Amino acid sequence: MSLFYAVVSALLCGMALIGLFRTDDLVRRIVALNVLASATFLLLVTLARTEAGIDPVPHVMVLTGIVVAVSTTAAALGLTIRAHERRHEESQ
Amino acid sequence: MTALTLGFDLLLAAGLIWLGWQALFLTRRFAAVVHLMAFNLLMALVWVRLEAPDIALAEAAIGAGVTGALLLTALGRLPSGAATGSHPQRWHRYWRYPAVFAACIGAGWLAWGVQRLPRPGLAAEVTTELEATGVSHAVTAVLLNIRALDTLLEVAVMLGAVMLVWSLGPALRPFAPATALPGLPALSRLLHPLFLLVPTYLLWRGAHAPGGAFPAGAVLGAGGILLLLVERIGWMQQPRFKPLLRLLLVAGLALFLAVGLGGLLLTGTFLAIPQALAKPAILAVEVATALSIALMLMALYLYGEPGR
Repeated sequence: MSLFYAVVSALLCGMALIGLFRTDDLVRRIVALNVLASATFLLLVTLARTEAGIDPVPHVMVLTGIVVAVSTTAAALGLTIRAHERRHEESQ
Repeated sequence: MTALTLGFDLLLAAGLIWLGWQALFLTRRFAAVVHLMAFNLLMALVWVRLEAPDIALAEAAIGAGVTGALLLTALGRLPSGAATGSHPQRWHRYWRYPAVFAACIGAGWLAWGVQRLPRPGLAAEVTTELEATGVSHAVTAVLLNIRALDTLLEVAVMLGAVMLVWSLGPALRPFAPATALPGLPALSRLLHPLFLLVPTYLLWRGAHAPGGAFPAGAVLGAGGILLLLVERIGWMQQPRFKPLLRLLLVAGLALFLAVGLGGLLLTGTFLAIPQALAKPAILAVEVATALSIALMLMALYLYGEPGR
């Protein structure tokens, strides 16, 4: 079963990368980065399922990764909003 | 039973891929954001299925809640028309096709490669060390004792993001005033006790069962963002509370550093906690980290420094 989810995460990785390269829009790129992060987390958690039991170390990495991902999203969106406001002021 | 779980797995995977596709390739930006929120909610179900309840709790609060709120607020600030922010050069367009082609190749290679990845795993090592960490839940033990340095740096990264966002300018005014949505203040008043009760329970539970500082901070932060929406948190905007706000924002990192330096003095190793002190030290760090994470999520949502 974990193999099945690993293949799903590989597919999601590919889709997210294509989405990231295809678009010019910064908000859509941030969305694509979020999907890419989720796919990576999925791969890490599937790799945590070993014969000896569930390895907590990848779980901790994903837990910290989720918080770092939301910080990155907020910082990137903040920069996008300010860049747009600046350009809007200049054009007026 | 196996047929049922197989069907459930197939349904989850199909849902994930469909929602991911919609989030990535829909032309309307709003629809893409809503599909991403649904994708993250489905992801929380996948974490439960993969026996990672700690991650499921954090994902449901952060991935589906806070990320969605951040993106929707940003959409309200940006024009709904054409692409914003990026103006690619003409030659950039030609690079796009090799990049997409390389992404296809990379995905195929990854799908083939994951089947033969080694899975060494540290489950046995963590179980043998669990006695000495002061807590009985493996994820909390790794998070705050065995790999505490990762957590310390992660809180520092989050504080860095808050500093970046606050340095950009004053806080944005909430886009929709609370009076435009008459149900919202009543709803937040109903939910507010729950948003205090659930994180407290998760925090207390973290020592021996799934829960702990990260899910607690995430749920508390999501509740705080709801309060910001109805403008119930006036003190964050007032200049005289600014030192208190900054103190609370750095509380998690500061206490973590103090514990680390205390370990350096007592045992000679940075972040090594003596076994006798482990339980109270971890509890104190957890409370401070959860509070700081909740406030930092709210601070990020403001998109600027309040009271400037």
